[in-house]
Amino acid sequence: MIAQAIRLTARKSRELLGFRLSYRTQRYLFIYLVLAFPLLYFLGTRLLPILYAFNVSVREWDLLSQEKPYVGFANFTALFEDEVFRKSIVNTLIYVLVGVPGQLAVGLAVALLLHNVRRFRGLFRTIYFIPYVTSAVAVSWVFRWILMRNGWLNETLLGLGLEPQLFLQSPRQAIYLVILTIIWQSIGFQMLVFLTGLEGVPRMYYDAAAIDGAGPWRRFRHVTLPLLNPVIVFSVVIGAISYLQTFGQVLSMTNGEPLNSTRTIVLHVYALAFQRFQMGSAAAATVILFVMILALTLLQFKLVRRKVEY
Amino acid sequence: MNQSIRQGKKLSLILAAFLLVLTACGGGSNKGSDASASPSPSSSAAASPQASAKEEASPSASAEKVTIEYWQYEFPAKVDLINELIQEFQTLHPNITVKQTNFPYDQYSQKVATLVPAGKGPDIINLYYGWLPQYVASGYLQPLPEDAFPPAQIESDYYPLVSAAKLDGAYYAIPTAVRTLALFYNKDLFAKAQIAQPPATWEELVESAKKLTEKDAKGQFVIEGFAWEPGSQLHHWFRDGLLPQAGGQDLSEDRRKVLWDDSPAGLEAFRYLLDFAITHKTGINGFYNDDSNAFKTGHAAINVDGSFRLGSFKKDAPDLNYGIAPLPAYKSQSAPASFWANAIPKNVQGAKLEAAKEFLKFLTSKEVQEKWVEKVGELPAQKAVGSQDKYAGDEKLGPFIKQLDYSKAHFFIDENQERALIVNAANEVLLNNVPVEQAFKDLVAKTQKIYDDYWAKQDKK
Amino acid sequence: MSTQIAAPRVPARGSPSGSRLGSLASYVALTLGTLVVIFPFLWMIATSFKLPQDLYSLRLIPETATLGNYAEIFEKAPFFSWIGNTVLLALITVTTVIVFDTMVGYVLAKFSFVGKSVIFLLIISTLMVPTEMLIIPWYLIATELGWSDTYWGVLFPGIITAFGIFLMRQFMESLPSELLDAARIDGLNEWGIMARIAIPLVKPAIAALTILTFISSWNQFTWPLIVLQTEERFTIPVGILYFSSELKDSASWILIMTGATVSILPLIALFLVFQKQIIRGIALSGMK
Repeated sequence: MIAQAIRLTARKSRELLGFRLSYRTQRYLFIYLVLAFPLLYFLGTRLLPILYAFNVSVREWDLLSQEKPYVGFANFTALFEDEVFRKSIVNTLIYVLVGVPGQLAVGLAVALLLHNVRRFRGLFRTIYFIPYVTSAVAVSWVFRWILMRNGWLNETLLGLGLEPQLFLQSPRQAIYLVILTIIWQSIGFQMLVFLTGLEGVPRMYYDAAAIDGAGPWRRFRHVTLPLLNPVIVFSVVIGAISYLQTFGQVLSMTNGEPLNSTRTIVLHVYALAFQRFQMGSAAAATVILFVMILALTLLQFKLVRRKVEY
Repeated sequence: MNQSIRQGKKLSLILAAFLLVLTACGGGSNKGSDASASPSPSSSAAASPQASAKEEASPSASAEKVTIEYWQYEFPAKVDLINELIQEFQTLHPNITVKQTNFPYDQYSQKVATLVPAGKGPDIINLYYGWLPQYVASGYLQPLPEDAFPPAQIESDYYPLVSAAKLDGAYYAIPTAVRTLALFYNKDLFAKAQIAQPPATWEELVESAKKLTEKDAKGQFVIEGFAWEPGSQLHHWFRDGLLPQAGGQDLSEDRRKVLWDDSPAGLEAFRYLLDFAITHKTGINGFYNDDSNAFKTGHAAINVDGSFRLGSFKKDAPDLNYGIAPLPAYKSQSAPASFWANAIPKNVQGAKLEAAKEFLKFLTSKEVQEKWVEKVGELPAQKAVGSQDKYAGDEKLGPFIKQLDYSKAHFFIDENQERALIVNAANEVLLNNVPVEQAFKDLVAKTQKIYDDYWAKQDKK
Repeated sequence: MSTQIAAPRVPARGSPSGSRLGSLASYVALTLGTLVVIFPFLWMIATSFKLPQDLYSLRLIPETATLGNYAEIFEKAPFFSWIGNTVLLALITVTTVIVFDTMVGYVLAKFSFVGKSVIFLLIISTLMVPTEMLIIPWYLIATELGWSDTYWGVLFPGIITAFGIFLMRQFMESLPSELLDAARIDGLNEWGIMARIAIPLVKPAIAALTILTFISSWNQFTWPLIVLQTEERFTIPVGILYFSSELKDSASWILIMTGATVSILPLIALFLVFQKQIIRGIALSGMK
């Protein structure tokens, strides 16, 4: 290996003077040819649209109308005066604050259990992963069917002599059931992320802890968790961003009902833009969402800097 | 330096190429869709000799061959009938081709609004009457041409509820058919409960509903006496049935003020509606999916539903032994009605406008209205057609038609939101134990806000 | 040398906590969890075989099973078009994503040039922009340019993905630079080096990205919902929403579950075949 490297450098320096310029040109030509289209693409489909969204957000932009007058921050003030929108912000925070820890806890639990068993590990992993590859819309309808008034779950409760529940019709239960559906769908992903993290924990740490007489809980608390910290930070951020954008499941399961208790910001954006045709207000709502996600991302950068030292 | 200049050049070249690619893609698909939507000038010119050859045979005045687009929502009976009618119309008017496009019902409005700015608009569009104010306010529709549809004639020929399509003094749309709500009652369940007659008054409805309700040992509904689904039809029943029957009024003359709260009638009507679920406990939302399904499967004895349901019952539940009765009366009679109406977008001009007028005249003709009743099950919009004995005397259609004279189709600013407010008010009482008075007050205030916002915008224009 | 490049394999290793009792409890818990995970699918499939009168029966295996529901949904809705559209769009997306993301990932991993870190940051930062914020401008642009209700309209936001670039860069970084340099000295030009040396070495990564892109394209929902208008052009998730909302009022839950089965099963089958690639792709993107 080393000999080969020396040979290479020698050959390189020998021929260096001869074709240095044309070689560099060729190289740069290659780099920029490869990057040109993708860069323009990201500029055209990501950067410019963001600026466009800001522009739309300060206009009264009726989809069916020709005039789009500038209205300053009127869309933003109107949104914050709208109690339904305020409710959808609170709801979105509930989705994040309940969904993310829930997903992490379940994912970690399954990963630890899987890590704990020797046989059938592959089989279990496969099964737990299945929901992740299925369409959120189709899955939402399946849960809706299970949870409806005369559905399987209520009939089963009745059969067991228990009170039937309102489930998706209850302003207190519905949001958590939607969150559970989302968690159910993401167990596979979360489990896999943790499992990979666990495989990366060197065995000797456990051995050392065991010699020190640490029980399973202390080993988990003082060895596993700290070592998984980067994975947890990563999962929290990815999870939070995705829960902030909850849409498909809500649209299919409750459409924001009952009493707007499950309505999310994105569902509100969808209703404003494509049911009431108020693109201006809708764009303003996306700007608010954007700010929330930006804040979260910055927070993450701060957290990641404080990495754990082994 | 030299290099960076060269790179700059390269970049700008690539940028140009990129834009070319994008416009090529866009232009390509644009052309493709244009071609399918309406013939380009060259193709219609090529077709015109053909058209002029047929001109003598055609009763229509226009010489050019035109294609017009008709848009309506996906409803098999309507789609089939329109296809049949298009055939008939095209033999009468060989120089006009009508193309039908359909969109899924649930998001019809959204899909339509999405395609319209793209220039893929229709020449005649079928809209729910409740959406008209939004479309008119956006400047999307043109008033119906008065030469073909004189307002005075509309007002004398059509049932009064059609005036809901009159905005700012002009008619913007005209229906082929209308629908009213009535009581559907299950005759077998009535016989079982030994009730001879369908309820005719508010009081009788409560009594029958109580008698008909069946619960199991655990207190769960087996049969609802009166199906209760605020989001389906009951919100209409409240505004156009219960409220006026109790002596209240929906809106002020100028449609600016919500008057539900102006007299005790509003609260009385609202409370009457909610009591079925809260006090009498004769029905609940979501039971066997929804009201019409609970009724169809024999799990609800009475339901308030529309004439449009007759067709699906005939097909899906041929054995269901049910009858129709007018909505129960209180201080007066009143029934909710609604309709889908055909309108012409503003940008339709010239030959296309003439063709659209012809097709619209055809769609609202007596013959078509009769066909509509038979194939779709909706009621004729013209008095002369509806009052014929074959319809007014029909066991199922009769009660619906009888109500047309005193039926109302209330003005909507935003159908979705206004319905949601009534559903939410009901849920506040049902699920959050909010007092009925409080929920009703909030409902009125929130509904008024929708009207205030709409009119503030209108006044600015 | 190529073994170094391949993704790290999950080593089979004993449990750290080890006790027999603990492992038995783990099996019990995992089995219970398995039931929770697969029951919705079982109930969905069971419902799809039921006769209308058995809709509300609680039996998992229907007394009389019927295939009629499958015939009926294909009759009631253009499921074949929806499947065709979804497959077509997914294949095109996979192709463009693989081509561009691999090349960009390679360049960002193996070359140093002015502005490299800025470019990388720019691309990665687009991951932080919520799709929902872009949807309104995309929609307005698509409408303006006549892309609304076309395949190209669905495709254009996703032909290159920042995620894929990130993933490919991670893999490409582990390629030994000496190998590439050797090829340069042998006179291969940069295109040849990428195509003949670099790409063959990251085949596992490309496989993982292919399958992940395919799945996410197949399940993509929000954007197609907005940009597509006519039923014949729908993709499966959008179609399922319409199909279900229209049938919901007639309580045709049997047909809705049949539709859901048709849209879910192909992906489960695909997953079972390619699970190694999928799991590897996720493990790598999640860990680095």
